Amino acid sequence: MAASGTFDEIWGFGSRRSARPEFAGLAKWTKQTSAADFDRRQQAAEQYFRDLGITFAVYGEEDSAERIIPFDILPRIFTAKEWDNLAEGLVQRVETLNAFLADIYGARRILKDGIIPAELIYGNAQFCVPASAAKPPHGIFAHICGIDLVRTGPDEFFVLEDNARTPSGVSYMIENREAMLRLCPELFEQYPVQPVDSYTESLFRTMVSVAPKGSSRDPVCVLLTPGHFNSAFYEHSFLADTMGIALVEGSDLEVDEDIVYMRTISGRVRVDVIYRRIDDDFIDPLVFRPDSMLGVPGLIAAWQSGNVTLVNAPGTGIADDKAIYSYMPEIVKYYSGGEAKLPNVETWRCREPQALKYTLDHLHELVVKLVDGSGGYGMLVGPTASKQEIENFRAALIANPEKYIAQPTLALSTVPTLTEKGIAPRHVDFRPFVLTGANGVTVTPGGLTRVALKEGSLVVNSSQGGGTKDSFVLCAAGEGPEGGA
Amino acid sequence: MSMLSRTASNLYWMGRYVERAEFTARLVEATIRLDSLSARPAGMGAWTSALAVASASRGFKATGEKLSPMHVTRYLMLDEHNGSSARSCIETARMSARAARTAITKEAWGTINLAWLNLKNRASPGGTQATLNLIDQIKAVARDFEGAINRMLHSESYWFVRLGAAVERGDATARLLDVKYHLLLPEGERVGGIIDRDQWLTLLQVVSARTAYHLLYPQGLKPWLVAEMLVLRRQMPRSLIAVVEESGHMLSAIAGTVGKQGPADRLARRREAALDRLNTDTLFQNGLHQFLTDFIRENAELDAAIAEQFRFT
Repeated sequence: MAASGTFDEIWGFGSRRSARPEFAGLAKWTKQTSAADFDRRQQAAEQYFRDLGITFAVYGEEDSAERIIPFDILPRIFTAKEWDNLAEGLVQRVETLNAFLADIYGARRILKDGIIPAELIYGNAQFCVPASAAKPPHGIFAHICGIDLVRTGPDEFFVLEDNARTPSGVSYMIENREAMLRLCPELFEQYPVQPVDSYTESLFRTMVSVAPKGSSRDPVCVLLTPGHFNSAFYEHSFLADTMGIALVEGSDLEVDEDIVYMRTISGRVRVDVIYRRIDDDFIDPLVFRPDSMLGVPGLIAAWQSGNVTLVNAPGTGIADDKAIYSYMPEIVKYYSGGEAKLPNVETWRCREPQALKYTLDHLHELVVKLVDGSGGYGMLVGPTASKQEIENFRAALIANPEKYIAQPTLALSTVPTLTEKGIAPRHVDFRPFVLTGANGVTVTPGGLTRVALKEGSLVVNSSQGGGTKDSFVLCAAGEGPEGGA
Repeated sequence: MSMLSRTASNLYWMGRYVERAEFTARLVEATIRLDSLSARPAGMGAWTSALAVASASRGFKATGEKLSPMHVTRYLMLDEHNGSSARSCIETARMSARAARTAITKEAWGTINLAWLNLKNRASPGGTQATLNLIDQIKAVARDFEGAINRMLHSESYWFVRLGAAVERGDATARLLDVKYHLLLPEGERVGGIIDRDQWLTLLQVVSARTAYHLLYPQGLKPWLVAEMLVLRRQMPRSLIAVVEESGHMLSAIAGTVGKQGPADRLARRREAALDRLNTDTLFQNGLHQFLTDFIRENAELDAAIAEQFRFT
């Protein structure tokens, strides 16, 4: 049973006697399917992921211990109307991120107009000096964004975090759907669901659209991976294979007179667009970390000369930094001229004395985060923390207030989930993927729903025991998945 | 889309290392048999010659271990510091397979992966019977692997694995034949005598060619005919001419997709033509050992030409 005040996406608030009307069918299906049948399908799903090899390597454990992220076969469902509203908000958000990046690495109007403090940019480790000289095609820096959303009510969605560097998880969006189509085909008869497998095609079109001006009509696109020891390697090879592009490592590429080539059995082949899944710090040892063996010497110079497009561009981290995040409502307004359609979670910037005082007075009810932390690490969840943990955080906050932000503990929505004790509500978040190319912004109807499998837990990260679910986006009334009846 | 040089290199070396694991296993098998020939055992001479043939004499000496059948067997089969031990070969083949995972089939990967999981914790070959079982196990891995590869789509991936296997197999056959040169006959024994004959038979046995020999040569066992079969007979898939021909075919197939030939193609054709001109008389002109030494050197040249042509480094 969900805690009171928590919104369940199927059952609504409070009473479990009647599902929200759109989901009566799903409620009926879960009631009619026996526990044994769910178990069998759940096991089949696990086998499906193992056979595919969608494992994530755990560092330090060699072969046997490759784990799969738990998958829950009860889907999460968005109606067409809910999705249209979300998509509008996502387009606005991502257009803003790109406008902000082009401005920060260009004219810097937003600083001159005093919307955000200049030291927040210049003093930020994510500010990438080499990006200031670059003019990426069509002014796009963040071609691929993953926007983390949470929900607290029927129409209450909030942006928890922007991911504008190298967001991962999109292979789960596609493979989770594949598993659902195999295991629960009857659900798709009941609910016409918009397909998600168009994502890779959109991604490929996006890459081609941002090729450098001088490149040929069929630009050569590649995916640059740190290699098969990386925990997301499955996703890298999945995306490269589905798009039919080469999966390269740093040692496969060389830069000659600011032009990037890959080494193939038929000679050097010029490369136009690189979807890189290597972090900025490792991408070019001549510019960033000199000890990195993963990157390509000279790559940044080639990019600055406009001879190759990097997807995403270096320096996009300045847009998803948590300190910048707190200014996003103002930033959205500044570039789009309107209010943010997807609001931020209320955020106290501890660098400001009043916010710090409020935070220190309310530690037991707030979530406190490091501005440069990720993956659920370096975080205080007040309501579930021990006294000692709270006191430790208090000391850290007083010592370095500028390193922290604080947010209210949200009552994240729940979705019915298969547990050892039957079907029970579990908290979820959501990461849709948004592509930006020369022809505009594309939002794939779906995304990655992460679910906290532990009862009452609000932490959905896979490193901390989270799982995933498929995310259905229904077709508008009267439209089938193919747009027909 | 043209294949990445790194992928091609991994496939080629995967082919080479699986083949090398099998060669090492066959070499140890030959040595065990030669050592235990009933009439007059070859004794420690067989083990010294095995090390020489595997180019492992210096490496073994560095271990400081006593020259004994048990220690040499362990060094050749399982030593982690010996890069050509059967165990190291399987480990390297698995690393290459893993790096080129998407270029090979699930079956090919599965064979190598399972072989490694079975071998990784094996520290000692055990007694003679256990060693022979281990040898059979490695020969079975090589057979399974070859079977899985032959079921793959015939494209660059397939050709590079087969090319690596052919280059390594040429080297291996030449080295196995050379065992006879290094293996001195016991004092008082004559060439063509019973011991000499047993040694040749043993060699045929470890390359699984005893029956084939009798089919091809009804006139009985003659050393020069054994040599002729393993060097010049195209019907024998392990013969030097067959593997040289095979590497030429693989290179042509690759050239067909790459759109051009290179020095490796020319070298392969030249070697095949040279072998074609030989017969039993000319083969022994300068002695079989000299011929095999030259073959092994040319084989290394072909390997270098392949690496250069396809930018493996």
